[in-house]
Amino acid sequence: MTSARDQILAGIRRSLRRDAPAPSDAQACAERIERHPRNLIPARAQLPHPEQVELFVSMLGEVAATVQRLPGLEAVPDAVADYLASQNLPAELRMAPDPDLEGIPWERRPTLTITTGRAEDRDPTSLTGAAAGVAETGTLVMTSGAEHPTTLNLMPDTHIVVLRADRIVGTYEDAWDVLRARGPVPRTVNFITGPSRTGDIEQTIQLGAHGPRRLHVLLVEQAGA
Amino acid sequence: MAQPSHKPRVALFVTCLVDIYRPSVGFSAIELLERAGCTVEVPRAQTCCGQPAYNSGDRADAKALARQVIEAFEGFDYVVAPSGSCAGMIKEHYVELFADDPAWFQRAQHLRHRTYELLSFLVDVRGLERVEARFEGTVTYHDSCSGLRELGVKQQPRRLLASVGGLELRELPGAEVCCGFGGTFCIKYPDISNKMVEDKAVEIEATGAGTVLAGDMGCLLNIAGKLKRRGSAVQVRHVAEVLAGQAASVPPIGEA
Amino acid sequence: MQSTSHAFKDNARQAVGDPRIRKAMGLMKPGFQDRRARALSRLPEFERLREEGKAIKDHVLANLDVYLERFESKVVEAGGQVHWCRNAAEAREAILGICRSIGARTVTKGKSMVAEEIAINDYLEEQGLTPIETDLGEYIIQLRNEPPSHIIAPAVHLSKEDVEQSFREIHTWMDPARVLAEPRALVNEAREVLRRKFQEADVGITGANFLIAETGSTVIVTNEGNGDLTQTLPKVHIVLASLEKVVPTLEDASTILRLLARSATGQEFSAYTTFSTGPRRPGDLDGPEQFHVVLVDNGRTAMLGTEFQEMLRCIRCGACMNHCPVYAAVGGHAYGWVYPGPMGSVLTPSLIGVQEAGHLPNASTFCGRCESVCPMKIPLPKMMRHWREREYESKLQPAAYRYGLGIWAWFARRPALYHLGTRLAAGLLGRLGRGRGRIASLPLAGGWTGGRDMPAPQGKTFQQLWAERARGREAA
Repeated sequence: MTSARDQILAGIRRSLRRDAPAPSDAQACAERIERHPRNLIPARAQLPHPEQVELFVSMLGEVAATVQRLPGLEAVPDAVADYLASQNLPAELRMAPDPDLEGIPWERRPTLTITTGRAEDRDPTSLTGAAAGVAETGTLVMTSGAEHPTTLNLMPDTHIVVLRADRIVGTYEDAWDVLRARGPVPRTVNFITGPSRTGDIEQTIQLGAHGPRRLHVLLVEQAGA
Repeated sequence: MAQPSHKPRVALFVTCLVDIYRPSVGFSAIELLERAGCTVEVPRAQTCCGQPAYNSGDRADAKALARQVIEAFEGFDYVVAPSGSCAGMIKEHYVELFADDPAWFQRAQHLRHRTYELLSFLVDVRGLERVEARFEGTVTYHDSCSGLRELGVKQQPRRLLASVGGLELRELPGAEVCCGFGGTFCIKYPDISNKMVEDKAVEIEATGAGTVLAGDMGCLLNIAGKLKRRGSAVQVRHVAEVLAGQAASVPPIGEA
Repeated sequence: MQSTSHAFKDNARQAVGDPRIRKAMGLMKPGFQDRRARALSRLPEFERLREEGKAIKDHVLANLDVYLERFESKVVEAGGQVHWCRNAAEAREAILGICRSIGARTVTKGKSMVAEEIAINDYLEEQGLTPIETDLGEYIIQLRNEPPSHIIAPAVHLSKEDVEQSFREIHTWMDPARVLAEPRALVNEAREVLRRKFQEADVGITGANFLIAETGSTVIVTNEGNGDLTQTLPKVHIVLASLEKVVPTLEDASTILRLLARSATGQEFSAYTTFSTGPRRPGDLDGPEQFHVVLVDNGRTAMLGTEFQEMLRCIRCGACMNHCPVYAAVGGHAYGWVYPGPMGSVLTPSLIGVQEAGHLPNASTFCGRCESVCPMKIPLPKMMRHWREREYESKLQPAAYRYGLGIWAWFARRPALYHLGTRLAAGLLGRLGRGRGRIASLPLAGGWTGGRDMPAPQGKTFQQLWAERARGREAA
């Protein structure tokens, strides 16, 4: 008895009226994957870097994310503590075990309680980095790994992201190039564009359906760490 | 555009609904074509474009009728129909019917390139920019689906209507949404068809216009039938009657 | 799911008179059409992207075996497994087998149309498992034991009052005094309940918008983040996907993603687009320990190489139904199976048979709006017409309709006789409508005159008047 797999593949070949792909077609497919050529790239984000940063910030605003621009990583503790206070949120953070974030001078705001690790159910706020920001739609690219548990992107009510401005790229394709340069694609790549939302009840948009209600981006200008 | 020196010979494809229901639309079309410098003839051997058969899955009858139309309308410079639906059938679908019949495919291709919906022929081919006509009142306009999406008829009627003295055009919200006629659809699914045309009638009434115009008799019969059943005072006409200045001489559709 | 597509006509008759459907469908234009139009106006390349999206899918379909084999090898390389399933029964078995292998009791689910197609929830329940929908709309209709009425907005037919009532009935632990009048409160209630479910679940099942041959990744697109929690918290992640979802590269997926959200909800991009590749890696602090792709054919390969092949380009955005005037008149449930609207009218007969779903391709005016908004440029009306051709050939249409059509066509092929007949008809109808210009009731046309008047002909046919005019000219 042939397997379902073989029967399905045979069915496809029958429908395509050939026994096997022509060697030239198989070659063309292999090359397409190998070279992964870009298709049409919209003009919107093909800009000099400073304008890509501006576009990223304005697109974040459109999707109800908030953003604060900081001169350097040393400004992060004050920005985080002040943001939490302004939202009436507890001064607690679950932080990604990311050396860049751990190197921030948190001692400047000793009232902040910081733990690292994956998210747990009652964590009110998470803090993570991001592999890239995509200007085209204000999209944050998060990659899973020992330094960035995926649950931090999803479970807390408030997600604060520290993003270096030099990690902002124009398009999704630019982001893929960044990731490919780092090695094999990680288990999870989240493209996150604004806080969680739903329109399932009478088509009114509500934030925080399952994931974060608030997405706050701290955009750090200086390359630093 | 530069007017050709000779008068083009245009064959009018009357359409079955104009033939039976509203000959005045055919005569308005002839009037407009003659004013645009054409000689108009009406081949006698025409009945229907075959669309009801084609859209019912009956390819054999659709092909037979398509052959009949192709034969009757060969030898003219242009074929013009006061309907986007019938013109679309001839222009877009005959070639599909004869995809596996090279001889007829070629004849269908030839016909296709010479066939036009009335308004797009007047504006796009004859370069007409204005008409000599008056119509006192506010009108709104429904874009019939086939004309709009198969043939790109959208600005042409509006451009010509803008030149009609006394006429004010008030755009219809949802002008591009189907009225629910759909040829045999209104027979097969009368409940849905009726619901769709009710929504259309409500939107037409809400414009406050005194008259609604369109370029296809199917939609017009449907819309007029619904408006009159609702007791609406909105009058319904084919756009050609207004552009030809003949509105005063015939009652609106569904009225005496 | 049990089909009621054969009863479309009755379903539709009831739906057009249902005020709840009227109210819900009234939200379609501002909710979907206007938002889409705004998003498109901001992306001047949209038309060219449609062409590219179509070309990508056409290329994949012509090389489907090549890309599926490549996809499978990359999934395995990443530590996952692919389960090939010819039909719904095999897919259900595969999923049950995975659940049983870890002794699973609770299964959370992201939204998946293929899951509806194979009716996985009913099956898992029969087998003693508890499947829980986590997309808010799907969760609501699961509580109500209803099928989805829209492929991306499954509860679009319900009002907030309906949702409140369902929550009060099922969430019996809730304080009766709690105010649930506003969507915000309803969303919060569902969030609390479902957050517990995400954490309890042993297995998470998601669908897939794309399968990527280059990397062996599966892709889900959501706004709520429910799919992400579904696939991150349980020990096992099962991806349930039909095989035409494969695309060659991350770049190809990116191109189609630019079309997807804009076409579906009018967003520039959905909130969460997630690429999953294999199970968690050494050192990862979260993520599933097992990664399974249940790859389902269920009728797709039979569509390849036929006049319905282009339907396999569909990316399930829902734009066709969002713009369909028939869908707007009857709502999604009238269609009677998983896929409503124009895409369903083409796909459903392919998947459950044209005998059962024969009404669907007929219930279209061919207004063409679906094709004009389809991001994959699928010629939906043309394919509905192909179904009608098959029905005509198999004599599946009502006999009266076939005979009527036959008689009409017989006359229409004989112009002289036809003109005589039309003269008689126009004269008769003209006399019936004399004085008023319309006819209120007409035998054999009750469908029309039930809700509309029949405008009366002017009396003589055009051909008659044209002949008279010609004779007049000769006489002069």
